[in-house]
Parts: sequence; C-alpha cells; structure tokens
Amino acid sequence: MNERMEEGKRVGRLCCLCNQRRASLKRPKTLQNICRECFYTVFEDEIHQVIINNKLFTPGERIAIGASGGKDSTVLAYVLSKLNRLHNYGLHLFLLSVDEGITGYRDDSLETVHRNQIQYGLPLQIVSYKDLYGWTMDDIVNLIGFKNNCTFCGVFRRQALDRGATLLKADKLVTGHNADDIAETVLLNLLRGDIARLSRCTSITTGEDDGFVLHFSLFQSLTPSLTYAYFKKLDYFSTECIYSPNAYRGFAREFIKDLERMRPKAILDIIKSGENFRISNSTKMPEQGTCQRCGYISSQKWCKACVLLDGLNRGLPKLGIGRSRASVGSKKTIESKQFKDEEACELLLLFVARNVSLAASEHHIRSGSGSVSVIVYGDQDKLALMTYHPDLAGLVTLYILVSLRFWRACCLSVLARLLTKWNEIDDLINGQEAFTRFRKKNHVLESFSSKLSFVKNG
Amino acid sequence: MQNPQGFGVSEETLLKMQLTLEFGGGLELLCDSKKIHNVNVEQQNGEDKLTMKDLLSWVRTNLIKERPEMFMKGDTVRPGVLVLVNDCDWELSGQLNTLLEEKDVVVFISTLHGG
Repeated sequence: MNERMEEGKRVGRLCCLCNQRRASLKRPKTLQNICRECFYTVFEDEIHQVIINNKLFTPGERIAIGASGGKDSTVLAYVLSKLNRLHNYGLHLFLLSVDEGITGYRDDSLETVHRNQIQYGLPLQIVSYKDLYGWTMDDIVNLIGFKNNCTFCGVFRRQALDRGATLLKADKLVTGHNADDIAETVLLNLLRGDIARLSRCTSITTGEDDGFVLHFSLFQSLTPSLTYAYFKKLDYFSTECIYSPNAYRGFAREFIKDLERMRPKAILDIIKSGENFRISNSTKMPEQGTCQRCGYISSQKWCKACVLLDGLNRGLPKLGIGRSRASVGSKKTIESKQFKDEEACELLLLFVARNVSLAASEHHIRSGSGSVSVIVYGDQDKLALMTYHPDLAGLVTLYILVSLRFWRACCLSVLARLLTKWNEIDDLINGQEAFTRFRKKNHVLESFSSKLSFVKNG
Repeated sequence: MQNPQGFGVSEETLLKMQLTLEFGGGLELLCDSKKIHNVNVEQQNGEDKLTMKDLLSWVRTNLIKERPEMFMKGDTVRPGVLVLVNDCDWELSGQLNTLLEEKDVVVFISTLHGG
C-alpha cells in the first residue's frame, strides 16, 4: 500500500480548477483534486466533446438509449438529456430496455427504468426475450444450468437492443460503458484470442455501413460514472445478476481493479493498448453478411442468436457454445511448449497493461544494453509475440507462439502471478533485467524471416 | 447499536464515536440489506483517535454478516470499492490513515457490479 498521503482529512485542500471549493475527489485521468461542482462540469464537458469530436449525432435524429437501470445507463440517460437541452442537439431521445426474464433481478431493475422514464421525461420501450425468442433467461438457466448462460444472454441482448431500436424507428442506439468495462473487454478478447473483436472493441461506434443502428460507447471519457451517479443522487439499480457469478468477466474485472490500485493509470493504458492493436495483413477476417434465417448482420450463414436458439429449441443447448474448429494434431507441441506459452501470456499481458504499443510498427523498449523492439501479430487461432534485439548479432528474434487452446487455461494463473510480480515489471521492461530475461530464452531464438512465414501459414 | 463489550470496562477509558455508515452498490447485501447504519464505535487499544483502518476492522467484525471478501482484501477495502468520508474521496484524506471525528459520514460503494 502506498502511503504518501498526509495524515488527517481536515487538511481541506482546494479544488485545482476553481480554487474556491473544497476538493472532493481525485480525477483519475489527471490525478487533480477537484470539487464536486467542477467534477460535474468536467464530466459533462468530456462527454460533450466526445459527441462533438466524433460527430456522433445530427439534429432531428431519433436516439434510443439502452437503459438497464444500472449506473452507467442511468448516467448516460441523465447526461444525454441534459446535454441535448443545454447544447440544442435537437435529438429525440428514447429509453430502450431489454427484459431478459430474470426473476428477482431484471424485474427489479426495470422498476428503476420506469422511474427514470418519469424523472427524465423520456418515452420508454421494453422488448423481452420471451416475445422475441420465446424463452426467458429463467427458462434457459433451468435447461442449461449456470454455466455458459451469459453467452445466451449476451448474444440475445445485443440483438434485442437492435430490434427494439427498429421498433422505435431509431436512427442510432447509444449504450453506456465505462472505462473499466472497456478495459475488461480488451483483456477478455485477448484471453479468448479473439483478434477480430479486439480490434474493434475500443472503437467508439460499431455498426456497419448498411446497418441503420450505431452503437456508441459514451464513457470513453474515462471519468467515473459511479461517482457522478452517487453525488447527483441518481436513481439506479445495483445488484449483481443472479446468473452471472461464474462469468469469466468477473476475473478480468477484479484483475484490472487490482492493477488500478497499484497504478491508477493502468485502466487507461489497457484501453490505449487495445486501440493500438493492429491486425497483420495476413490475417483473414470474417466477412460481414446477413443471417439467412432472420436477416440480422452475421459473419456466418446463421447469426449467433439463431444458432443458439436453434439449439435450445431442439433440446441441444450446447450447440453454438465454444469453438467448433478444433486444431488437431498439434497436441504434442502444445505440451512441450507449456512453459514458454505461459511466459508469452505473461509478457503480452504485461505489455498490454503497461500500454507498451503493440501495433505492428516497432516499439522500442530501453534495456541495459540497448533497446528491444516488440511487435505483436495476431491471428484468429494464434497469438504471437515477437521481439528482437538489434544489438545481438545483427537481428535476433525472440519468438513465442501461443496456441489458443493453451492460452486460456494458463491465463488465469498468469494473471495471478503478474499481480504478485508487479513491482518487478518496471525493471522487466526498462532495465537490464529485460535483456537478461530475453536472453535466457536463447533456446527459442530463431530467425526472423522463417518465423514470420510460419505465422502467415499457421 | 449497543456494544456488549462496553460493559464491565470503565466508561472513561472507552471513548465512543458516533458515525453514520452507508453501504451501496450491492455492499448493503453483506450487512442485512440495510444501507444506512448509525453506529457507535469505540476507539481501539485505548488510543484517543480513530482511523479508517480501525473503522474497517470494526465494520468487518460487527457489521459484515457474509462474504467479507466482497468488502475487504487484506487490511483495506477490496479494489473497486469507492470510499467517501463526508462526501470526499478518501484518497484525498489519506485513505487508511484518515482520522475520523464525531458525526462523520462514511460511504462505501462497490463498483464491481454491472453498469
């Protein structure tokens, strides 16, 4: 625990911005001490800037706000309707909620949304899984149990929001996420080896050219919405979904919260890393098309929701969960590579957590005897971390290939280890140790060009 | 809230401090689903001051009824729990070293539950 702080709270520092009122919180982005009033202004201004800079809206548009009743969507609805009035955006705003059919969770949170409807004077549309798919989440969990049920819920919700937006004749759909969510998603996509999603999860808008619905993540402004919601006494619902305790996301969430405590900028750095990911040209990306069954955007013949739904209706709920493509024949190599793979995960994760640029352009890391360059290539099924040290006999490449099957299994233990070793990471990246550490792996050093072609073929 | 340990010890040596504690963001579920607790906390070890560190261990012993790991990690709150002392982030007042005074309001909100 870092104890640089002076003792005693009665020191009563003044706000850095207005120099008048007592500071109430520390702004994570700048670490400035600011008062509540200035915090509101900064928070709202940041969102306004995001909207203006990205030209998110045009006057007269119908905007559906995804409203779960939770803190982020409540803050989003509040701030958006405030900014709409204040800056004359000329938008028609609507609240859009999805009823997943989770007794004791969603029914309670929908009550919050009903209150928001009155508080903010925004019309509300609710779409339910029962109506859209014929199944509630209660039904689904009854059938498949607690494992994997978040997969169904996530896929269905995304589509339900789009369908709700269609009902509202909305031009755009806005959802509220905070910096933590986005950082979690970056890590999760890394852990899953999902390069396609990794490259787009940090972008502020999603949605394809022909799709009329765009998704915006407004909380890239990176200021805590929770503090805003609390100080503004906004009416929001905060109970964990009763079906989610086993969800993988929970691990990522705790991990980044631990990181944040050790280094407050870690969350922003993870997002920055996510933004910096580039996909090498040799990687095949799935093409966007439409589902032959329901017409929703899909990269496969059927969209994910239809595959899952088909499995449910046929009594084969495991259909569509997990990877259909199994890489056969490489088992031996994976086992013999076990140690290296773990290290690769560790290195990659620590680069991400430190926002060492992972773009294909070289990034130089200072080490005791020169600089180390890091390049990361990704592929649907493989993630590869590549570094080379220019001072070593011309061009020496350290190459680590991480096979996806092993990737996920070792990630959790790596996450735990990373935390305990956090203090060494500075040395690892900046100091002599980086060099010796890389050098110890001499047995995996191979020539740059041959490995590069292997990545392409793999 | 009466503390049974208060009996049998001379009143002079045990100073009690009256505080208002508020739990939110799901943390209230760990203490009988009650959000606001008006409590009297006795100073530890005959010390004449009470810090947040003392308060946290008091809360853990006296208020948290289940899953204490959702609230604390080591000797401090779990990362992701926002702590406000009189509506001021405890990062500004010295975190665990924050000195508490009579009638202070301490708020704990978890950010770990969904948005």
